[in-house]
Amino acid sequence: MSAVDVASMLSCPVPIEQYPTVLLAHGGGGRLMHQLIERMIVPAFANPALAVRHDAALLPVPTSHVAFTTDSYVVRPIEFPGGDIASLAVFGTVNDLAMCGARPLYLSVGFILEEGLPMETLWRIVQSMRRCADEAGVWLVTGDTKVVDHGSGDGIFINTAGIGLIEHDLTIEPRSVRVGDAVILSGDIGRHGVAILAAREGLELETAVESDCAPLATTVLALLDAGIEVHCLRDLTRGGLGSALIEISEAGGVRIAVDDVAIAVNESVQGVCEILGFDPLYLANEGRFVAFVPAEQAELACAIIDAHGAGTRSAIIGRVDRGEPLVTMLSSIGATRIVEMMSGEQLPRIC
Amino acid sequence: MKYLDEFRDGEAAAAMARRIARTVTRPWTIMEICGGQTHAIVRFGIDALLPEAITLAHGPGCPVCVTPLEMIDRALELARRPEITLCSFGDMLRVPGSSGDLLSAKATGADVRIVYSPLDALRIARESPSREVVFFAVGFETTAPASAMALYQASREAIVNFSMLVSQVMVPPAIEAILSSPTNRIQAFLAAGHVCAITGIELYAPIAERYGVPIVVTGFEPLDILQGIAMAVEQLEQGRAEVENQYARVVRSDGNLAARAMLEEVFVVADRRWRGVGTIAASGLEIAPRYAAFDASRRFGLEDHHVEEPAECRAGDVLRGELKPRDCGAFGSLCTPEHPLGAPMVSGEGACAAYHRYRRLEVA
Repeated sequence: MSAVDVASMLSCPVPIEQYPTVLLAHGGGGRLMHQLIERMIVPAFANPALAVRHDAALLPVPTSHVAFTTDSYVVRPIEFPGGDIASLAVFGTVNDLAMCGARPLYLSVGFILEEGLPMETLWRIVQSMRRCADEAGVWLVTGDTKVVDHGSGDGIFINTAGIGLIEHDLTIEPRSVRVGDAVILSGDIGRHGVAILAAREGLELETAVESDCAPLATTVLALLDAGIEVHCLRDLTRGGLGSALIEISEAGGVRIAVDDVAIAVNESVQGVCEILGFDPLYLANEGRFVAFVPAEQAELACAIIDAHGAGTRSAIIGRVDRGEPLVTMLSSIGATRIVEMMSGEQLPRIC
Repeated sequence: MKYLDEFRDGEAAAAMARRIARTVTRPWTIMEICGGQTHAIVRFGIDALLPEAITLAHGPGCPVCVTPLEMIDRALELARRPEITLCSFGDMLRVPGSSGDLLSAKATGADVRIVYSPLDALRIARESPSREVVFFAVGFETTAPASAMALYQASREAIVNFSMLVSQVMVPPAIEAILSSPTNRIQAFLAAGHVCAITGIELYAPIAERYGVPIVVTGFEPLDILQGIAMAVEQLEQGRAEVENQYARVVRSDGNLAARAMLEEVFVVADRRWRGVGTIAASGLEIAPRYAAFDASRRFGLEDHHVEEPAECRAGDVLRGELKPRDCGAFGSLCTPEHPLGAPMVSGEGACAAYHRYRRLEVA
């Protein structure tokens, strides 16, 4: 690639000397919209399915079962330590597919842009989406752009939908969870919640906490390839580990017993929790999941997760017991309590 | 994590629980004052390690829980004025007043902000000179110095668009109010370590002596609380009623002198109504006359009115330690964290919310 090509890739391709910010006309269907899509978005997302420029992407699907999911992403600030709205939008949907044991292939992208969004910011987000799609091994094959009045949005909202292939015979869902299953947590919890909080509130932490935002499909597919009989998977998102376990317990009709000491929490995250009165169990994550597998395969599953993870250690944090649907937790001092769903968001305490 | 893990150690906790069990010969009721301690007791299941003879009663030390309804109504009245930016701690925003809460007011357009310190509210005032910025100051002696510092700085810098709605309260008068109640059954107190880090411990000695109760200044980690209970039980069994300091790694006997001086500079002691408890003489702090210009009640002409609490809420009994949350008829049915009737169901430090969130598994 010549130096000129590199320079043209790194700078915003829409003539920002004329349009330093997004205008309503960029969503109006006319020349400006055409320019935005043709010069910025299509080249950035380039792939054969998108290149056809049809009303819909035509996709080869070589299996009889596909997984299909969608999610919308709103986050403030849109760029934060360890990620941005683009990485959430790509990895979030990829991870939802991965939790079905699917191999993610194709994503759609819907942008809702607020008038006045700096064009440079949009360009960074579009480039970030491309990088994340490459990392996760998916194509961004179809999309849409709308622009709303200044004040009617929060800079940028993104919706993605995704299609993945099911290439195994397992039924990976809460109802497949069995008494005796081991509960595996793929890494430490709470990083995303604290990274966002620190960025939003200007908290100055001794050690900056980065979001754990990451694609999980490769790890999950490695588990399946190794013959791990995965019963259920769930990525930990807004409601944190606590909510994910409760949802599985209720949907699967099983009792889950976890050990507080086995759940890893990074020291900076722990520090923020101690100061503000947050429980890491309910902090948001974007790159962690729980897996329910037969106890005898648990050690192997952990080794596979660690081999594919981003440097944090997975752990067996509990097991599935007989009994009514409930999540219980053994505290560090040896007492057992029931884990409840959070009501609303956690608010910082007073003293 | 250093200074944390060693105070949550299972074996050390079991050893401390054995020490308590060896000491106890008859039933005792001990109250932990602070909501942070209540939270830790329920979260870690500390009560499950205690012999049956020990009953823990949960005290009124949750700052949002004891903030009276009329104060929240005043804050709501201020928040609904278009020229005002109302700032307070996160916990405070969900507590219901008689017509909604501050978060709901925010959802319908009021400029309500969560801040982590009163000094953040002062910064907002500095940065937005066209707004009237009001800080809703609640809490015990722990939050009062920062509130005082914000007022002091506002005065020195002449930040005229800053003011404060003050509902600061103090712990020792509440302990005396509980001990003077004819229905009192509390025999010893765990005093709140962080409060004492500010005030020191000397002012508890007259209370221990007058009412014949042991008072142990106690920290917030499981081992702190277990050791505080052990020290209280040893005093009770030996017939002693003294002030002891379990939390000596943080609390000095004369407290934080700079913080105390700041409190004296800015505030004066006043009678204060406590939600669910009633008026306690000399239990609150209000803005001293020389800082009156920064008093939001005065600046915005707020009227003093009295509001009745919902009858089905027994928060008062809970806050006085006379009722366990789960024994309240509304607990978990009419009153949940999603739809709280009373403030103790709102804050993580409120006894009702702590019981709801960290329900114990009753093993058959």
